[in-house]
Amino acid sequence: MGEFVIKMPDVGEGVAEAELVEWHVKPGDPVREDMVLAAVMTDKATVEIPSPVDGTVLWLGAEVGDTVAVKAPLLRIQIAGESGQVTGDDEAAAEPAPKAEAVEPTRAEPVQQQPAQVRQNRAPPAEPAAAEPKHAERPVPREPAERPLASPAVRLRAQEAGIDLRQVTGTGPAGRIGHDDLDQFLARGVQPAAVPAGLARKTATEEIKVTGMRRRIAEKMRLSASRIPHITYVEEVDVTDLEDLRTTMNNGRKPDQAKLTILPFLMRAMVRTLAEQPDVNATFDDDAGIVTRYGAVHIGIATQTPAGLIVPVVRHAEARSIWDSATELTRLAEAARNGTAAREELSGSTITITSLGALGGIVTTPIINHPEVAIVGVNKIATRPVWDGTQFIPRKIMNLSSSFDHRIVDGWNAAIFVQRIKTLLETPALIFIEG
Amino acid sequence: MKEIVCKLLVIGAGPGGYICAIRAGQLGVDTVIVEAVKAGGTCLNIGCIPSKALIHAADEFDKVRHMSLATDILGISVEQPKLDLAQTVRWKDGIVGRLNSGVLGLLRKAKVKIVHGPARFRDGKTVEVETETGTQVIRAETVVIATGSEPVELPFLPFGGPIISSTEALSLATVPKRLVVVGGGYIGLELGTAFAKMGAAVTVVEATPQILPQYDAELVKPVAKRLAELGVQVMTDTKAKGLSGQGDGLLIETADGKEQSLPADRILVTVGRKPRTEGWGLEELDLDRSGRFIRVDDRCRTSMRGIHAIGDVTGEPMLAHRAMAQGEMVAEIVAGRKRSWDKRSIPAVCFTDPEIVSAGLSPDEARAQGYEVRIGQFPFSANGRAMTTQSEDGFVRVVARADTNLVLGLQAVGAGISELSSAFSLALEMGARLEDIAGTIHAHPTRSEGLQEAALKALGHALHI
Repeated sequence: MGEFVIKMPDVGEGVAEAELVEWHVKPGDPVREDMVLAAVMTDKATVEIPSPVDGTVLWLGAEVGDTVAVKAPLLRIQIAGESGQVTGDDEAAAEPAPKAEAVEPTRAEPVQQQPAQVRQNRAPPAEPAAAEPKHAERPVPREPAERPLASPAVRLRAQEAGIDLRQVTGTGPAGRIGHDDLDQFLARGVQPAAVPAGLARKTATEEIKVTGMRRRIAEKMRLSASRIPHITYVEEVDVTDLEDLRTTMNNGRKPDQAKLTILPFLMRAMVRTLAEQPDVNATFDDDAGIVTRYGAVHIGIATQTPAGLIVPVVRHAEARSIWDSATELTRLAEAARNGTAAREELSGSTITITSLGALGGIVTTPIINHPEVAIVGVNKIATRPVWDGTQFIPRKIMNLSSSFDHRIVDGWNAAIFVQRIKTLLETPALIFIEG
Repeated sequence: MKEIVCKLLVIGAGPGGYICAIRAGQLGVDTVIVEAVKAGGTCLNIGCIPSKALIHAADEFDKVRHMSLATDILGISVEQPKLDLAQTVRWKDGIVGRLNSGVLGLLRKAKVKIVHGPARFRDGKTVEVETETGTQVIRAETVVIATGSEPVELPFLPFGGPIISSTEALSLATVPKRLVVVGGGYIGLELGTAFAKMGAAVTVVEATPQILPQYDAELVKPVAKRLAELGVQVMTDTKAKGLSGQGDGLLIETADGKEQSLPADRILVTVGRKPRTEGWGLEELDLDRSGRFIRVDDRCRTSMRGIHAIGDVTGEPMLAHRAMAQGEMVAEIVAGRKRSWDKRSIPAVCFTDPEIVSAGLSPDEARAQGYEVRIGQFPFSANGRAMTTQSEDGFVRVVARADTNLVLGLQAVGAGISELSSAFSLALEMGARLEDIAGTIHAHPTRSEGLQEAALKALGHALHI
């Protein structure tokens, strides 16, 4: 009998660790060569790990959601050796016990088994699961209609505390709920809500483990929001002329040209403005204390996909015409939604645009795409009455809500940046005038 | 007369009402209780208590009569005993009287104001009571309806003359020679058995195929056997049709469709009880109903704000201890505490010979609810205490979930077994498993050992069978 250890493969591109997002096997499962054992996820890509051997799964080295360093053991598979080996039988009988001991601490506290660098990438206090008692993770299944099993004293306490015992996990025999279980439940801070008579109270809760894409987004947002002191500046832009121009251009577009939205115009306006304000087209490495300004304008476009928010990048926007920008935008958005965007298409932006289109609202407070220093948020276009000096006239008004890293960009500069874009968008001919 | 204004008004001082009022008084709620007849309600005056007194007297008489026979195996000999039923009834009335004044004393101790007389709703907050000294108007923030229930009358056998309800049966001056009981439920059988023991020739007429239809056949079997020993004739699948021509018997239609007349001195009609929903102004309130009963939610709230209802008027099972638990709960709700009905077990006891007790689910009920069950049954014929008290009939039965051994129900039939109801209900309320009962030392020699043995049997290792 032999043992085969599968380690976290090097998924390339300098990635030092990957998140385990799915197990396809559990200890004791037989596996065959090429059978998919697990799925791991790097920053952008999900990789399936196949089994190189036939055998039986002995143990799993991580739980779903754990970050595992490259080359760290991921799972062990018992593989069949030559039968009839005398010593092999003895070993087989003696082996499982010490192994199980070795495995248990690893599984119970996977974090501590990881190298320190991996630990840093975990959201520090947002992991109450680790502090929770083990039993909370394997509740006794109970039919929804069944009455919770608890003594009268426990039920009375629950009533007085306004707790629906059906929500409490019983750890006693047959799933019986004891005072301890109630304590545990109360400690988790359930707030009973007073509900007016006649309306039914819904007390169901659902715990969803934050993994994969959602976890990437969560970590990224935490990083941005906790590290960057944001200043958000909102200004309204009269886009009546721009919309007229856009309509005219769209009416005259060639069949191979993508339909123009407002974004290519905004991108061009940003490119022009950034040429005068290179401090806004930058990334800030605050650990090293270095701001990197870029000649290139790589514009990230925040995009909603079925899996969540991702940011494909229109590279070298400064070198793209308005039509070229539109084509690239369309292509990238599609690739992002289909999940076919390449890794380099999803990283390396120097500034970001976020737009919810018709859902854009009046004002947003965009969060900067770390380590960038600025993000431009596009709100919806609405026709509003504007006083032209003698009368109200209907004008198409759009707000821009833009956030800046206040450590790098002063409020004054932020305002200048937005005002310059405003000027360009309100007189769109300026976008196209050279020099 | 000066109006009374109070926080809580309880209408009816039966077990539900008086418990509600006492508990409310304890909690400092300004409480008034209205009773039209006597404190204690049906239970204390014309139900549980007097019937148990009569059953006890009948048992004692029957016991002594057995001793007077030459065949008595205990070696005791006595003269032929005689029964003075009028004296028995006086003794019974004495107990009822003691309990009446006991309830009134408890109410006074809890500072509850007692108003005597029939009550009538004027509106949802106002009640008029016809007292001996005039009409008393009571206004209350919260009203609890606890008007109870009364015997169902058959239209073709109206109460009066030889036709009596359980109320009259408990106060007869002499033992009727021939008693026909219409309705083989627990009330009819309890009283029928008592009168049979006191010397009446008793016939029970039951329309369904089984006496005590709410219990399963196994539980009923020892009772049926004992009825036969006592000479009680049980006619199932038989319908009462009315009084015979001369008024000295009951016309019946037997299972094979034949009409027949059963000679009878008294005809006791015990075909069930109905909620008392008339005569106190329910029509003024227009409360939602659930069948014949007042519909209540898990806090005993009716469809009208500020009006609760408890006890028999709210539905089955019409049992005093259910009403008491509801009364206690409502009092605490009125006092501002968070309460709702979450009882697991309302045990039901039938004081036949032998007694039957049932708590939780029977095997059939458990299966009907989709449980896979494990059943353990221990017969008293293997119990030392049962042998030494000359009553080996019956058994204890436990019903548990096959997957978790959680006890779902407990039933027993046997002499004096009603006292096991506390153990049964405690096991259910505490969420006991078979192992909990099996692992509890039960005193020897008692009938309660049967409970432990039944649990052991269900677990597959009974020790005494």
